[in-house]
Amino acid sequence: MSTEDLTLEKNTDGKISLENDLHICALAENHDNEYSLIYEKPHTLLDIDMHYCPGCAHSLVHKLIMEAVEELGIQEKTIGIAPVGCAVFAYHYMNIDMQEAAHGRATAVATGVKRLMPDKYVFTYQGDGDLAAIGIAETIHTINRGENIMIVFINNAVYGMTSGQMAPTSLVGMKTTTSPFGRDPAVYGYPIKVSELISQLPGSFYVSRHTVNKNTSVRKAKKAIVNALNYQKLNKGTCFIEIIGNCPSNWKMTPIEANNFIDEVMVKTFPLGDIKVPKAEDLIPLNQNGDK
Amino acid sequence: METKLMKGNEALAEAAIQAGCDAYFGYPITPQSEVLEYLAREIPKYNTKDHIRIVMQAESEIASINMVYGAAGAGFRAMTSSSSPGISLMQEGISYIAGAELPCLIVNVNRAGPGLGTIQPGQGDYFQATKGGGHGDYKLIVLAPSSVQEMADFVFLGFDLADKYRNPVMILSDGAIGQMMEKVTFGKYSAHKTDKPWATTGKPPTRDRNFITSLHIQPEKLELSNLKLVEKYREITKNEIRFEEVMTEDADYILTAYGLSARICHKAAIIARERGIKAGMFRPITLYPFPSKRLNELADKVKLFLTVELNAGQMVEDVRLAVNGKVPVDFYGRLGGMIPTPEEIVNKLENLISNKNVN
Repeated sequence: MSTEDLTLEKNTDGKISLENDLHICALAENHDNEYSLIYEKPHTLLDIDMHYCPGCAHSLVHKLIMEAVEELGIQEKTIGIAPVGCAVFAYHYMNIDMQEAAHGRATAVATGVKRLMPDKYVFTYQGDGDLAAIGIAETIHTINRGENIMIVFINNAVYGMTSGQMAPTSLVGMKTTTSPFGRDPAVYGYPIKVSELISQLPGSFYVSRHTVNKNTSVRKAKKAIVNALNYQKLNKGTCFIEIIGNCPSNWKMTPIEANNFIDEVMVKTFPLGDIKVPKAEDLIPLNQNGDK
Repeated sequence: METKLMKGNEALAEAAIQAGCDAYFGYPITPQSEVLEYLAREIPKYNTKDHIRIVMQAESEIASINMVYGAAGAGFRAMTSSSSPGISLMQEGISYIAGAELPCLIVNVNRAGPGLGTIQPGQGDYFQATKGGGHGDYKLIVLAPSSVQEMADFVFLGFDLADKYRNPVMILSDGAIGQMMEKVTFGKYSAHKTDKPWATTGKPPTRDRNFITSLHIQPEKLELSNLKLVEKYREITKNEIRFEEVMTEDADYILTAYGLSARICHKAAIIARERGIKAGMFRPITLYPFPSKRLNELADKVKLFLTVELNAGQMVEDVRLAVNGKVPVDFYGRLGGMIPTPEEIVNKLENLISNKNVN
């Protein structure tokens, strides 16, 4: 894009952020007063104000998926399934074909889409209430069939959209509007570790847990999403990316406090990292055939 | 043309293949498991490299209907079948499908309820099928076959109507029509392909993204969407009403019934004529839209309607609304999977006629 189209604003650190009505990017100025592009919002993400609360992880994860879709050049071949929950409007922001599923049924809808269009890239985007409570049967059976899709699971241990009720992944002792004295395992059991659970199924191919609370973790999460989409070419099973999200509004924290809470508390119950990785021999076709 | 002796459920399944059904998702339940079994056996024979058809046993009816949602949203001819308790489980998904305006075919081989009930035939799901069933304001187009031939024919019709109006269509059959064997002829109808530019097939640069949803969070927008559906149902009511009349030209008394009850009433009308009663039979084929106008016309020349159903009286309410008090509308029903004999119905009719309120 040409810089003439853009309104320039110089930041205190000498970098230039550019913003016009259509696109957001950042340029760096070199010694010859020329600009080079250092950051650009993916074109697969629409320029619509998001409804998410300030500091929420959802908008960032939306962007990561759309970046991956753009970089892999698969916009024309990607169909996303939105959940019921905070991300119900995901289809407003992602510039790809999408279907909005009933609560918990995203992976069943994805099965219907993928089975009929096996050459397309299909993903679901679901929260913890959607995927791990009301939709746990669909989740387990979809992965047990090894449906060749990517499931992005946003786990923030709380029902966000309905404003802060206990989720199946709420931590022991966590105070929510429906567990006002803290989650008591004697009454409600323990937080369900979906990634560990479904990694036991032969149908799962790649299971990895991440967060997006700082730059390094964002880069790792992005890489996992790119991998998961790439692996769909292999037809080897379900890729499951769990993102430990934050929920400043319902955790009653500032965004920074919420991001710190992930590192200090959440990861003790939900440790980050790969839980199941493909065998090297399974990845050989991908390395031989690097087409998009 | 090819004529075979087949079970109703199998004729329906065979018709699905011939009508170009791309995807069937279902869960076993008596008395309709033959549909899934037949398709699981037969559909793979038709698969080619260029055209893959899917038949899948899902983990539940809930998953089945949502798989149908996904496949229909991607532009494919998709269907499911079940029987009463399973259809109850599908209601949420059916509501979403109606709200998102996805064409698909849903088959209910009605058994007797409520609850687990029994596996014998029933017509207790009339209200559920014709009045909505799930939450919100919506309608299914409901076709009621009363023979094995119609089990097959209505699959072609159902898929075509679904595509034409972007609306879910239900075939409301019952355990007897599904299980009985009769002659059925194929070759009268063929598969139609409809262009579906709204489907989620992957967004090319040449068009805006497509999305399938029933969510309109702003009341102003949801009302517009609701009104669009109302207008569609009005159009369907104008164009798609279907019914059958037997010996109604000179009838004094008309038996109204659909599906299995209509077969019995047909015989009852013949027996009544043998006993000197000028009886006829009126059979709604589309339960929604309901043939109210024709029933109202008939009410001008008959003395009484007797509605016969395998339930405690459901369609009779629509007959009464249609007749609008012009003449008495009475009811005879059997419950629990019990099926009336034609003689029972004629006896009921004779009793009503001898009652001085009627003439």
